[in-house]
Amino acid sequence: MTRTITVDDLKSLLNLIAEAMTREKSRLCELDGVIGDADHGIAMELGFSAAAKAAAVLDSATSDPTLVFNTAAKAFLNAVGASSGPLYATALMRAGASAKGKEFLTDDDLVDVFIALAKGIQDRGKAEIGEKTMVDAWAPAAAACGAARENRMPLATCLSEALAAAEAGTEATKDMIATKGRSSRLGERALGHIDPGAASATIVVSCFQTFFSP
Amino acid sequence: MKTKKLINDGAAAVDEMLAGILAAHPRHLRVVEGSPRSIVANEGPRPGKVGLVIGGGSGHEPTFLGFVGKGLADAAAIGNVFASPPPDPIIECAKAVDGGAGVLFMYGNYAGDVMNFDMAAEMLAMDDIEARTVLTTDDVASAPIEQRERRRGVAGNVFIFKAAGAACDLMYSLDEVERVARWANDRTYTMGVALSPCSLPQTLKPNFQLGDDEMEIGMGIHGEPGVARGPLKPADQVTSELLDRILGEMKAERGDRVAVLVNSLGSTPLMELYIMMRKVKMMLDAAGIEIHLSLVGNYCTSLEMAGASITLMHLDDELQRLIDHPCDCVMFRSGEASR
Repeated sequence: MTRTITVDDLKSLLNLIAEAMTREKSRLCELDGVIGDADHGIAMELGFSAAAKAAAVLDSATSDPTLVFNTAAKAFLNAVGASSGPLYATALMRAGASAKGKEFLTDDDLVDVFIALAKGIQDRGKAEIGEKTMVDAWAPAAAACGAARENRMPLATCLSEALAAAEAGTEATKDMIATKGRSSRLGERALGHIDPGAASATIVVSCFQTFFSP
Repeated sequence: MKTKKLINDGAAAVDEMLAGILAAHPRHLRVVEGSPRSIVANEGPRPGKVGLVIGGGSGHEPTFLGFVGKGLADAAAIGNVFASPPPDPIIECAKAVDGGAGVLFMYGNYAGDVMNFDMAAEMLAMDDIEARTVLTTDDVASAPIEQRERRRGVAGNVFIFKAAGAACDLMYSLDEVERVARWANDRTYTMGVALSPCSLPQTLKPNFQLGDDEMEIGMGIHGEPGVARGPLKPADQVTSELLDRILGEMKAERGDRVAVLVNSLGSTPLMELYIMMRKVKMMLDAAGIEIHLSLVGNYCTSLEMAGASITLMHLDDELQRLIDHPCDCVMFRSGEASR
């Protein structure tokens, strides 16, 4: 069964992520407070709320998925700045580029979009797996999603695999010493604590998984 | 536990602060039309002059926008509390201060700031405006000296920006301004201590925990953990710990001159800062180092965090001339303008 993913679906997905960030804001700020400056939850809520709001006012009849992603990217960046701004704005712009020329998305397209998001985060932040950043959730999630799709799994399964990989990647950041971002000056003192960026990435992935589950 | 602040709404705090600053200082400052987070010096930019754009998160006042004015920074791009501004306000600042000689971006070395300012510089290049960058890395506690380029930028900003701003005002070329800015940064060292946490206006919750009798040496200005936590000691002992570490790196000889800054992180009062300054003077006297200029007060804060930092800029003739050059900003004056 193949469904078509419309502009309205993407708007709803952004809303779902924004609502999740509002719910999880305090937890993300607390995680960030241990190894950083305690504002990560605020930035993620601001960013995705602005992205969802900007996308919501687009005319669904005349917009395409690329416009939704690019509008969301710009709104996120201008609302936030910080480090999550450039990272998620780049991710959303890559998603837009991946969807270019399409009126709606197929399941295959959505997998490509998901992988493009992760690639955007990684390229902008120049981080690798193991450096205790959001890449530790995004990169394994994208890899798991792509691998499941190559094995002809349905989209919902691909995203469930992605979520499991993101959760495992986030848990693994506990045992990492940070080399990027503000926590990188802590050395071993950051050991034992989850990276807040990986935690928020997992929330985004879980929204994809929830939204596209049957 | 919640903290108390005189705010209306946490989410509006930055914009309401900016409105207040513009209301208080219309002679010095204006805002770029259509870009409410881009603050420009009325008498700063002019044709042929390199434009100096500084910026970063709010919550460190008077850093950054208190240092916007003739003879120092031409503009500041203002971010959310403790968060870098996005590229747009940075670009608008650069366009507003470009006198045809190029623009220099200066800000503390934080990943978010680097990404946003770099994106702004890339976009400005498409409009044929050259924007170069010099990061400040004066925080001794944040990385070993061999990894100086990884260090954070903190209170030393005021001296480093001051030297670069003077070079701009003296109509140095972009190459020369960049050289001076790097030199000023290389010669500036800061070390801080935190006694109690701050809280963000949006959460009103302390952003880290510190016991009643504890202090943390080397804590960052956003509450990033420092290098050592221990029992709170008397001011002289704390001052020695901070200054010894700086002097260990600075390699000053007898007869050398320094500029000194004893900076409050927000809620530590002048009484305590002057107690520390007294000890700084005693130690520098003993080492035969001359204090050419000293600043004591709020220069780079972390909202209501209690604590202080000590900064030394190791002067040479050129840096001394630039530090003495007159400037007139809303929260900082020197030279003739201050008389």
